[in-house]
Amino acid sequence: MASVDQTQLFEFLCRMGDNTLVLGHRVSEWCGHAPVLEEDIALANTALDLIGQTQMWLGYAGDVEGKGRTADDLAMLRDVWDFRNVLLVEQPNGDFGQTMMRQFLFDAWHLAMLKALTASSNEQIAAIAAKSVKEVQYHVERSGDTVIGLGDGTSESHKRMQDALNLLWPYVGEMFVADAVDDAMAQAGIAPDLASLRAEFDAHVGGVLAEATLTIPDGKFTHKGGKSGFQHSEHLGHLLTQMQWLQRAYPGATW
Amino acid sequence: MYAQMIKSEATQDDPEKLAAFQARIDAGEKIEPKDWMPVGYRKTLIRQIGQHAHSEIVGQLPEGNWITRAPTLERKAILLAKVQDEAGHGLYLYCAAETLGVSRDEMTEMLLDGRMKYSSIFNYPTLTWADMGAVGWLVDGAAIMNQVPLQRTSFGPYSRAMIRVCKEESFHQRQGYDIMMKMAQGTPEQKAMAQNALNRFWYPSLMMFGPSDKDSVHSAQSMAWKIKMNTNDELRQKFVDQTVPQAEYLGLTVPDDTLTWNEEKGGYDFAEPDWDEFFEVIQGNGPCNTERLAARNKAWDDGKWVRDGLLAHAEKRSIRKVAAE
Ligand SMILES: [Fe+2]
Ligand SMILES: [Fe+2]
Ligand SMILES: [Fe+2]
Repeated sequence: MASVDQTQLFEFLCRMGDNTLVLGHRVSEWCGHAPVLEEDIALANTALDLIGQTQMWLGYAGDVEGKGRTADDLAMLRDVWDFRNVLLVEQPNGDFGQTMMRQFLFDAWHLAMLKALTASSNEQIAAIAAKSVKEVQYHVERSGDTVIGLGDGTSESHKRMQDALNLLWPYVGEMFVADAVDDAMAQAGIAPDLASLRAEFDAHVGGVLAEATLTIPDGKFTHKGGKSGFQHSEHLGHLLTQMQWLQRAYPGATW
Repeated sequence: MYAQMIKSEATQDDPEKLAAFQARIDAGEKIEPKDWMPVGYRKTLIRQIGQHAHSEIVGQLPEGNWITRAPTLERKAILLAKVQDEAGHGLYLYCAAETLGVSRDEMTEMLLDGRMKYSSIFNYPTLTWADMGAVGWLVDGAAIMNQVPLQRTSFGPYSRAMIRVCKEESFHQRQGYDIMMKMAQGTPEQKAMAQNALNRFWYPSLMMFGPSDKDSVHSAQSMAWKIKMNTNDELRQKFVDQTVPQAEYLGLTVPDDTLTWNEEKGGYDFAEPDWDEFFEVIQGNGPCNTERLAARNKAWDDGKWVRDGLLAHAEKRSIRKVAAE
C-alpha cells in the first residue's frame, strides 16, 4: 500500500470527491423549487450527505497532496481542467425526472463502488466508504423508487423518464472505464477493478428500469473526459462561476 | 413574525357554548381538532397557521438564493440544512392547519393565486453573503419573539408545532449571528457587507411584527382566544431591546439616528418603520413579490406531472395488490 504513487492516489481521491461535490451542488439547486415539499426535503438531505462526503474525500486528498490545501481550497480554487468528476454528475438538472434519473444512475454506481471501497487496503478510504455507504444505500432506494413511480406513472411521466434515460445513458459508461489511475489503485488493493462493478450495476439498474417500464437505449457509445479532466462539458464552468464566486472575488477572506 | 394582520372572524355561535369554550381557554386547556370550537376561532386559525406555513415555504427562497454561492463547504451545508428546516416547518404547520379541515393543496392554491398571504419580510432581496447572516440573526430572531409565546397557544396542534419549530429557530438565529460575527471581524469589505445588510434588513425586520394593534378589536378577540399572545408593539419593543446590544457587540450601527435608551421604560426609543412601504409590500409591491410568487407558481406548475405520475403509480400498485389477493 505504501508503494502507491501519491499523485495517483490524489487523483483518485479527487475523482471521488469531485463527483460528490458537483452532484451535491446540482441537487442543492433544487432547494425551494421541488414539485412537492417532501421531495424538497429529501433532495436537500441527499445534497447534504454528498457535501459531507466531499469534505471527507477532498480533505483527505489535500492531506495526501501535502501542499497544505484544504477541502475548501480544492473545491473553490481549482479551475475546470483540474476537476475529476464524471460527466454525468455535471449535467444540468433539467426537469425533476432528469434529475432523478441522473441521481439513480450515479447512486447505483456509487453504491457498488463504496461497498467495494469498504474493503480498501487504505484504512482511511475504507472508513470514509463505510460512513458513506449507509447514506448512499438510502439515496439509491429513494431515487430508484422515484424512477419506478414516474416511469410507471402516467403516459406523460413515462415519456419524460424515457427521454431522461435516453439523454443520460451515454454518460454511464465513463464510470466503468478504467485508466492508469484506476489500474494503480486496483493493483494496490485500494479500489476495485471498475469493470468488476458492472455486473452488479447492470442487475440493479436493469431490475429498476424494468419495473419502471423503461427501455435502455441500444447504442454502446459513451461520453468520456470528465474523470480524466481532459474535456468536461461546457456546463461545469458555469457551475463553478457560482460555486466559487465569493472565494474568487474576496481572496483570503475567512467566512 | 410570520403571521401579520390576521383578522379574527366575528363569531355567531351559541352563547352558552362560547362561554364554556372561553372557560376552557382561560383555564389553560388545549383545544384539540375534534373539540367543539367557534366558527370564528377555526377560520382565524386557518388563516394564521396557513399564513405562517406559507411564510416558511416562501421564506426558503431568499436564503435558497445563496446556497449555490456559499463560500465554504461547511457554510453551504449549514445553509442548506437551515432552508431544509424551514421546509420542515412548513410541513408541520400545514399538518396543523389540516386538522382544521383545509388541505395542504387547497392552501397552496390560495397562496399561489394571492388569496392567502405570507410574511412581508420575504419580499426583500438577499444581495450579499452577509444577508445570510442578517436573515438568520434578525428575521429568525423576530420570528422567535413571536413563536416562543405561541408555544402556549390554545390550539393543541399549533402549540405542538411551535414547540418543534422554536428549537430549530433558535439554532438558526445563532448561526446567522455567527455569520455576522465572521463578517464584522473580517476584511473591510466583509465588514461593509455586514453593515449594508443591517441597513437593508433593520426596518423590514421591525415590520415583521405588523403595525401597532393597541386598539384593534380583532387583536383583542385573538388574544382572548390565546391565538395571539402579545401585542405587536410589545414584541417589537422586545426585539429592539434584544437586538441593539447584539449589533453593538458586532460593532455595527443600527440605521436609526433616534435610537436612545429610555431609562424610565427600561427599553429603547426607536423610529417606526415606514408603514406606507409595509402596506405596499403587503399589496404586492415589494421588491421581490413578483419573483417570489412566480417561483412558487413555477415549482407547482412544473411539478404537476410529477405529482400526477406518482399518484397514478400508487393507484396502479394498490389495484395490482388487490388483484393479487
Ligand atoms: Fe422556520
Ligand atoms: Fe424562519
Ligand atoms: Fe428559521
